[in-house]
Amino acid sequence: MTRFAMVIDTRTCIGCGDCVVACKTENNVPEGLNRDWVVEATSGTYPDLKTEFRSERCNHCSNPTCVTLCPTGASHLWKDTNIVLVEPEKCTGCKACIAACPYDARLVMHPDGYIDKCTFCHHRVEKGMDPACVSSCPTRCMHFGSLDDPSSEVSKLLKTREYKVLSPETGNEPNVYYLL
Amino acid sequence: MKEELLVTARGNELIDPSLHIWTWEVAMYLFLGGLTAGVMVFAALMTVLNKDEEAPFAAKRLALLAPLVLSAGMTTLFLDLEHKLFVYRFYTSFQITSPMSWGAWILVVIYPISIMQILSTFRSGYGFFAGFADRMTIGREILDFCERYRRQIAMVAIPFATALGIYTGILLSAFGARPFWNSGVLGPLFLVSGMSTAAALVALIARHHSEKALFTRIDLGLIVVEIALVALFLINLATGTGQQIDALQSVLGGPYTLVFWVLFVGIGLLIPLLLETLEITGVSKKLAMLAPILVLFGGYALRQIMLDAGQESSWTHYDTQYNSELLERLHEENP
Ligand code: SF4
Ligand code: SF4
Repeated sequence: MTRFAMVIDTRTCIGCGDCVVACKTENNVPEGLNRDWVVEATSGTYPDLKTEFRSERCNHCSNPTCVTLCPTGASHLWKDTNIVLVEPEKCTGCKACIAACPYDARLVMHPDGYIDKCTFCHHRVEKGMDPACVSSCPTRCMHFGSLDDPSSEVSKLLKTREYKVLSPETGNEPNVYYLL
Repeated sequence: MKEELLVTARGNELIDPSLHIWTWEVAMYLFLGGLTAGVMVFAALMTVLNKDEEAPFAAKRLALLAPLVLSAGMTTLFLDLEHKLFVYRFYTSFQITSPMSWGAWILVVIYPISIMQILSTFRSGYGFFAGFADRMTIGREILDFCERYRRQIAMVAIPFATALGIYTGILLSAFGARPFWNSGVLGPLFLVSGMSTAAALVALIARHHSEKALFTRIDLGLIVVEIALVALFLINLATGTGQQIDALQSVLGGPYTLVFWVLFVGIGLLIPLLLETLEITGVSKKLAMLAPILVLFGGYALRQIMLDAGQESSWTHYDTQYNSELLERLHEENP
């Protein structure tokens, strides 16, 4: 299985939201809905505050509970990778996968009644390109690639920098990494 | 302190500001599914234990309700689906890790078993309608067959109906992402609650005094077990992970406190417990009709409250709107 990962540098992200706009444009995300979003996390006590920006989306987990709990197989892994996709023709709109995602990342109910979500832009990945959000980032804080290849940019960043993933305790093994 | 704020508007209808994907349709389905399980178990038990005399309604007529109640439940479940044309997709695959998939297939097995259960007592329970069937050879043969194997059919019905009852709870507890549901006690709790509602239904509609009394006693026992399971459920969450302890607050001071303790525990469990005790001990029979109605109400309330409090519980909490309290939180000293 090829494990694709996104590595996002919280030190260079300025929270501009360009990734969100790029995704909406690239994927024709229905009005009012979003497949990715930016979080501003502030911690500390005034005046000693620390702010971190995180561009978040589906984590394309190695152990995706949204896939294991889908009753029809509509939620599936794309071509022996960790990219989680939904097949609209198999989706009943039962919403089990929305409840099954501990990251509340499986958010988009397409107006036509099936689940729509971040695809890691597999249609671009297939052509060797980066996902739209990664390509559009003006600070180049986002990186994408395969973790199986030790020479890939993402592998190197994770080897040399300190990082975290969101709530690793979920056991889902998320594949969106945040550099600290 | 720590605050997590969404800086790009997300506003995805079903999850912001908190997850709310399922409403009364699913609660009703869970309730009716549990009731069906209870109805089938009691009809079967009365057969296996030879209670035709003592409990004529439960032994001979009750089974008819199972497919009707279940169909009503499946209808409300269908109403909840967002992609209704593709409902057949439940039956084009079996997903071993998905309780919903198990449930879909259990239902396929439940229907024929329940129909055979009805036919096995159709002549004694619904003589008028059985007369029509008896006029045709095939009808006669089917009824003969089911009557001959009445006991065996009942023996098969018990484990499958039990599975149906437990599944309605497992369906929720399998969601590790929703800490409030993440307790193995939900399976047995929903089963016992389903059986209790079925016993209450028999106590409500059976005509014979002895049968009413028998099912009131059964229901009393089930309510006691259910109270114990509710306690175990609360203890389970209270001694669980941080997420579970957090989630539990929704019924210990949070938004669901009142409905949980007053509507479910008070009106749905404790008051019927009291009324049924008074009835059995012969102290007062005045409110005998009220107890089963409250039990049925409590059964539904349990599903609705569990469903609502559970889907809101989450691992992630963002403040999605500007909120002046956030500024104050920034000034707070670190705990
Ligand atoms: S983040 Fe959620 S939706 Fe994405 S793969 Fe993991 S469990 Fe599924
Ligand atoms: S809503 Fe669709 S993709 Fe999600 S669990 Fe149900 S059938 Fe699967």
